[in-house]
Amino acid sequence: MIFKFNELLKNRKISSLELTKKYFDAIKEMDKTLNSYVCLSEDEAFKTAKLVDEKIAKGEEIDLLEGLPFTLKDNISTKGIETTCCSKILKGYVPIYDAFVWEKLKEKNAVLLGKTNMDEFAMGSTCETSCFKGAKNPHNTDYVPGGSSGGVSAAVAGGLCAYGLGSDTGGSIRQPASFCGLVGLKPTYGAVSRYGLVAFASSLDQIGPITTSARDAAIVFDAIAQKDIQDSTNKGAKEKTVPHLNDPISSLKIGVAKEFFSYGDEEVLKHVNEALKTYEKMGATIVEISLPLVDYALMVYYIIACAEASSNLGRYDGIRYGMREGGYKNFHEMICKTRSEGFGKEVKRRILLGTYVLSAGFYDAYYKKAQLVRGAIVKEFRDAFEKCDLILTPTAPSTAFKAGFSSLDPILSYMADVCTVPINIAGVAAISLPCGFDEKGLPIGMQLIGPNFSESRLLNVANMFEEETNRCYFKKVLKGVYPDEL
Amino acid sequence: MNYDIVLGLETHVELSTKTKIFCGCTTAFKGEANTHCCPICIGLPGTMPRLNKEVLHYAIMAGLALNCKIAKYSKMDRKNYVYPDLPKAYQISQHDKPLCYDGHVTLSNGRTIGIERIHIEEDAGKLIHEGGATYVDYNRGGVPLIEIVTKPDFRDVEEAVEYLELIQLTMRYIGVSDCKMQEGSLRCDVNVSVKPSSQEELGTRTEIKNMNSFNNIRKAVNFETNRQIDVLSSGGKVIQETMRFDVENKETSPMRGKEDAQDYRYFKEPDLVRIHIEEDEVLKIKESLPELYGEKLKRYVEEFKLPVADAKLLVEYRKVAEFFEESTKNVKEIESYKNCSNLILSMIFAKFETETEKEEFKILVSAEEMEKLLNLIETKKIRNNMAKKTLDEMLLTGKKVFDIISEDDLKGLTDEELEKICSAAVEQNEKAVKDYMSGKVKAIKSLVGFVMKETKGRADANLAEEILVKILQQKG
Repeated sequence: MIFKFNELLKNRKISSLELTKKYFDAIKEMDKTLNSYVCLSEDEAFKTAKLVDEKIAKGEEIDLLEGLPFTLKDNISTKGIETTCCSKILKGYVPIYDAFVWEKLKEKNAVLLGKTNMDEFAMGSTCETSCFKGAKNPHNTDYVPGGSSGGVSAAVAGGLCAYGLGSDTGGSIRQPASFCGLVGLKPTYGAVSRYGLVAFASSLDQIGPITTSARDAAIVFDAIAQKDIQDSTNKGAKEKTVPHLNDPISSLKIGVAKEFFSYGDEEVLKHVNEALKTYEKMGATIVEISLPLVDYALMVYYIIACAEASSNLGRYDGIRYGMREGGYKNFHEMICKTRSEGFGKEVKRRILLGTYVLSAGFYDAYYKKAQLVRGAIVKEFRDAFEKCDLILTPTAPSTAFKAGFSSLDPILSYMADVCTVPINIAGVAAISLPCGFDEKGLPIGMQLIGPNFSESRLLNVANMFEEETNRCYFKKVLKGVYPDEL
Repeated sequence: MNYDIVLGLETHVELSTKTKIFCGCTTAFKGEANTHCCPICIGLPGTMPRLNKEVLHYAIMAGLALNCKIAKYSKMDRKNYVYPDLPKAYQISQHDKPLCYDGHVTLSNGRTIGIERIHIEEDAGKLIHEGGATYVDYNRGGVPLIEIVTKPDFRDVEEAVEYLELIQLTMRYIGVSDCKMQEGSLRCDVNVSVKPSSQEELGTRTEIKNMNSFNNIRKAVNFETNRQIDVLSSGGKVIQETMRFDVENKETSPMRGKEDAQDYRYFKEPDLVRIHIEEDEVLKIKESLPELYGEKLKRYVEEFKLPVADAKLLVEYRKVAEFFEESTKNVKEIESYKNCSNLILSMIFAKFETETEKEEFKILVSAEEMEKLLNLIETKKIRNNMAKKTLDEMLLTGKKVFDIISEDDLKGLTDEELEKICSAAVEQNEKAVKDYMSGKVKAIKSLVGFVMKETKGRADANLAEEILVKILQQKG
């Protein structure tokens, strides 16, 4: 899609300004039901679009992402544009600096349409813990778009932006991509700078693209996965991924671990197995592997993620920015009232959990043990990649949930992350791509997992699948903006 | 019953690196509130710390100076607690893998104080209470600190004070901190416990927080040890708790109850990577360390034969010691060290009013010129009072030695010339002569003074007196 838009802009079939206007018109019409955006940045967008049009008019070369409208999840800091993480406690907070990824896209004159909806502080898998109205799935608005990057996936699937950046701590890019029939890349921990990403769980968080194709994901990944000294845990990508998109995959060994197939709905498993057959047909070999520790990943995840979150979210005290609840007598009361009022139920639950597992007397039993298991999981994945190049699994055990799901038993909703969470625990790379639809017409996603810094190979293998299947699993569902209709 | 006092110190030293520990903001003291800040040091959402390499370097210097081992691997941890001056609600510190460990210092009474560990961490901001409201100034937030933790090895408060002075001098010496207690760049917490002398194991300790002067430490420790002895001797038990010292009432009181004791929920800082320290790097730093205070003091006393009190004054300020050593590097007589020391302590120090001035040691006289002056004394070309006068003028005007002292002045006096002037003194000072003759022996001084004046100080006063006495005796 990015390539086609770029052709249109370069050949002056449409100007960046016209394109941007079209997007805003579509957003204003359709987002009343979709709720994908929580904030629009029209001034910023039009300013950049004009600049790009001037460049084109002067006959200057433009980059693939130049003049192309996109969106950022609302936990990525944008100077001068409100960044709330869809939490009441950050209402009114306007950052004074840019996240590294936004800086990189800004350098390319990418057109930021606005910030998109998400679960509060990225805690959730439905987009319903947002302090705004939850976003809806463009495939069927009775269903959620997934989460936590649900706003991004809804906007991309609804044609309300060309692509978007989300963040993934336990599946928050891949699961919404899967629910909305899109491609979502969770890069290797350390491939993309986290500087400016409002932290949920620092040792798990990564920023990545949500797009309509593997090729688009590769273009966006190449633009943002650069070395950044502001993030000490960042190394940048190993290489550019676009040149490898069509590398042959005939010698590919795909690992299949039964542990990932023990939770899925029948329909989901059926389509994932069909995709495996497609790969076999394309020349890949299927290898059976076992990852027994994966069963513990969910427990490890909820200990580590909550522990880090309890510390990361300590700073929201109402003193420097965001909301402050009135009626206090001293600072202690001010902080208590502000946090009680400002955080939602799910966020509070995780702060309490995290505080508990780090407390003296419980640390060894929970946090320390979780770290040990995490080390063992890292090793298990490393060993697995001795036997195969990539591992294929369902992205989520089911297709999109009906709205209201997150008000059910939290343990049940945590279980929905069972296939994506182990990847963040291991720190490796993974991509979700569409591989079918269920009887209700909701998209099904499959997940390809690769070793550290294997993004090139993942995107290549995903792209070859799309080409083999003629991109039949991508469906335009709403009257958004699409290049072949301009 | 007799009780033993046991003290341990936790000392915070602010490092004088140019920039803060995790961002590029200045560490300068003072400055308008919240002007030495950036998104990182005020902990804005999404920002990440970046470890300043200079902080590691300075901390390793401090560790080596206190005879510590340097860890090969170290890491940063989060210490979680809520206070308005701590914008992230956690302090990035070191918990179980401190950068330096297992060191020691030796006190003047020969006792060794063990250093358990030295770790690096960030300072917090400051609360300002004004007109019933409270404001926060984050300028100090993120300034690098080292915390030096001793073993409970002190047996009285004077040992603790001497240790602190030694820390202060050592840190200034190696140039990692100015250690100004009044500006808070040196602060300490004192752990206090007492036990019956007959008892082996240590008693329960209390911790007195945030001491900021030697005097307050003395007062606080005395109050606290007496309090604990009272508790024990009346059959009670000391409760382990954190105390604050009330300067006005000169007493300690608990800061918080035991029931809400702090749980810092330490865990590894996930935004920073492990710290690896190469042995080569440590060796390089070790080689670059200047001679330390204690070693230097010993050398000044043993090699230069200076009185301990004088040597201490010279060695206390690194720049003074440097000037001293540079000026005396070519002297031949052991006496010259003493001459140099006297000139510095009497003439140069007289020009300084504050400690800072001594520390900065900004004077108009170069060590090269000082060396020339010392050489003139050593070769007996000028006398001490002449040297003092010359140095005084040099300090005031910045003139060189030979701009002040002429060739004539340096000629020296022959015995004949001196005798001639002495005779003249006797002839021209009738009253003094009369007084002397009538038994006022002190009158000779006024005659000597005349000779010195006539010779512009070139004469040897003792010799002149001898000659004068001889002439007067012949007369008599």
